[in-house]
Amino acid sequence: MHLTIEEIHEIIDREAQGDGSLIAALEDIQGRFRYLPPEALILAGERLGVPLSQTYSVATFYNAFSLKPKGKHCLNVCMGTACHVRGSPHILDRLETKLGLKAGGTTRDRLFTLETVNCLGACALGPIVVTDGEYSGQMTPQKADTLLKRILRAEAEHG
Amino acid sequence: MVRVQTPTDLDAWRTELTATVAADPARPCITVCGGTGCRVYGSEKVWTAFRDELERQKVNATLHFDVKVTGCHGFCEKGPLVVLRPQGVFYAHVRPEDVPKIVSTMLIGGEVIERLLYADPQSGAKIAREHDVPFYKGQNRLILDQNGDLDPLRIDEYIARGGYDALTRALTTMTPEDVIAAVKTAGLRGRGGAGFPTAVKWELCRRQPGSVKYVICNADEGDPGAYMDRSIMEGNPHRVIEGMLIGAYAIGAHQGYVYIRAEYPLAVKTLRHAIQQAEQAGLLGKSILGTGFDFSLGIRLGAGAFVCGEETALMASIEGRVGEPRPRPPFPAESGLWGKPSNINNVKTWASVPIIINRGGDWYSRIGTATSKGTMIFSVVGKINNTGLVEVPMGISLRKLIFDIGGGIPNGKAFKAAQIGGPSGGCIPAEHLDAPIDYESLVALGAIVGSGGLVVADEDTCMVDFARYFMAFTQEESCGKCVPCRVGTRAMLATLERICAGRGQLGDVEYLLELGEHVKRSSLCGLGQTAPNPVLSTLRYFRDEYEAHIYDKTCPAKVCKGLITYSVVPDNCTGCMVCLRNCAVGAISGGKQQLHVIDPALCTRCGMCQSVCKFDAVMVN
Repeated sequence: MHLTIEEIHEIIDREAQGDGSLIAALEDIQGRFRYLPPEALILAGERLGVPLSQTYSVATFYNAFSLKPKGKHCLNVCMGTACHVRGSPHILDRLETKLGLKAGGTTRDRLFTLETVNCLGACALGPIVVTDGEYSGQMTPQKADTLLKRILRAEAEHG
Repeated sequence: MVRVQTPTDLDAWRTELTATVAADPARPCITVCGGTGCRVYGSEKVWTAFRDELERQKVNATLHFDVKVTGCHGFCEKGPLVVLRPQGVFYAHVRPEDVPKIVSTMLIGGEVIERLLYADPQSGAKIAREHDVPFYKGQNRLILDQNGDLDPLRIDEYIARGGYDALTRALTTMTPEDVIAAVKTAGLRGRGGAGFPTAVKWELCRRQPGSVKYVICNADEGDPGAYMDRSIMEGNPHRVIEGMLIGAYAIGAHQGYVYIRAEYPLAVKTLRHAIQQAEQAGLLGKSILGTGFDFSLGIRLGAGAFVCGEETALMASIEGRVGEPRPRPPFPAESGLWGKPSNINNVKTWASVPIIINRGGDWYSRIGTATSKGTMIFSVVGKINNTGLVEVPMGISLRKLIFDIGGGIPNGKAFKAAQIGGPSGGCIPAEHLDAPIDYESLVALGAIVGSGGLVVADEDTCMVDFARYFMAFTQEESCGKCVPCRVGTRAMLATLERICAGRGQLGDVEYLLELGEHVKRSSLCGLGQTAPNPVLSTLRYFRDEYEAHIYDKTCPAKVCKGLITYSVVPDNCTGCMVCLRNCAVGAISGGKQQLHVIDPALCTRCGMCQSVCKFDAVMVN
């Protein structure tokens, strides 16, 4: 997804007319484009009267923000305590090995980003992996393979 | 939507609502759990199926059956949950295919579908009624009582059940001091973790000069494994709003904020909707109920920083800054949000307030123990049969919570420890299962009530790895402002990682103990002051496991990768090639119907071979 300067302006304008909250503006941009491009930080800071140093520190402090573009498909492994005791490290391991990257990374073809989340609060289903917003519960390393295969097959069919 | 301008308006609205069919408790109604857990199980398909089926069978041409999507019922393990009211027939794991049969039996009346009933794990006996299910039977649901019953998106359902009556009572018959006195009599203590007396905090904030004050609801539920605050906001948002209104009146605040995790999209949506409805109904805004009391409420989203659960960091975040804590005093009651007197309470604390005003401080104070009053909600998760939200009186024993309500440990495994209070809490071993759960006794045992996360560990959980897990969490979430926390947690984590990797040395235990005490004593905020707790409490009760890692180079629970090897049991291996094909690194050799062999040098200990083997032929040493 490409974002335009106009769209960034639009989001920041809306926020500036409201409470003028920098965090809320960045959340909106992140929500829409799944990362914060440098232009967004500069523009948001200027418009809301916050120095770039502070904008940058806010953008790097909170886990919800990312300065790097993400892959087309986001795999999110829950590392909450309940998932941990039920074996989430094995799931993460498997995905890391299969994708050839560490948590937080994106594959070179920009197809997958692998991330971890502290807790999704759906502990009865642990371990959980969220793929593009869809929850899969009671995961095993095998099921993780199936998940990847399903996405790859859909990609091969629809591109 | 009715707009109420006086207490009489509200009473009239309630009378009108209770007189109509919609709010008649005896009306046949199908409630489907719409909490996050059940949605993941597919409850949305279930309620759609119910609506379609009622339509198809043209049921409502003659009868008034309602399909209601409620908040979290709490028994997440058995989702999607369906309860047929008024009888209270409880169905677990309902799938859309079951729906036509359920509707047919409902029409006939009386008949229940055995297959969908809850079966007691010990005796196998089927239990038909919700209130007879041991998971619910042992609870005392004050805060969660309406969660399985009302539609959280409809303010009229809350009002029909007595909602906003406590607000009316407070505004029209009590002075702010009376409200504070009632909360004091009740003995309510902060449910966010520290357990500070709520009335004392309110009083301090009330006494501050100035006309601008704030009330804040801390809904930044960051403890992994805890999700009760979310369930309250998803299931009964108006009770939180009502509690905040009453608190604001007591303190003299006219503006409030709910600081809520962005990771909880459903809770944010539900709460936002509830605030809009309350505004339209005149229950938020100017001169509420014609009393001259003004209050408005806004939402602020947390951006994923655990430290923002700390009150000063939370306020910095609302102000749009980096969420770093600052030293106290001055306390938020004196100088909080934008330098104004502010009062922060947790979701559960706010939700308890209307109950106290309605039923009286004396009544509330009779629940619980001498120093810990009322009920507490625990999310019982991990190695437990009945994962879910449990509301119990303070002072209940861990044994009752885990074995009676929680249904014990799955697969016949032995209980090892209960980790209470999240990353700030500690582990309580089997020998203390009979200790009462209250603020003081948990602290004495090295844990805290905290926000109520309770993670059960069984014999397969390595306590050193468990401690390392929590340390990794707090180290990652440490904001880095103060040195003891930033450097101390890092040093503790490095030591724990070394021990788990099989490189533990003489003196590591003593080093962890000493460093842990320093980090606790000298850190700036609650995060650092409690970060060593999981390590210190496991060292207290499971020192032998640490010693096994350090001196014997073994992991008794067979978890730590640096200390285990996978191998094939020759007698069980059939040479089926399944593990071989699934090994991502090609560490398994052997042909069809030949014994497979795992090369420990190539093996990454991912556990895949063991999880795919159908013949129990892979073992861990």
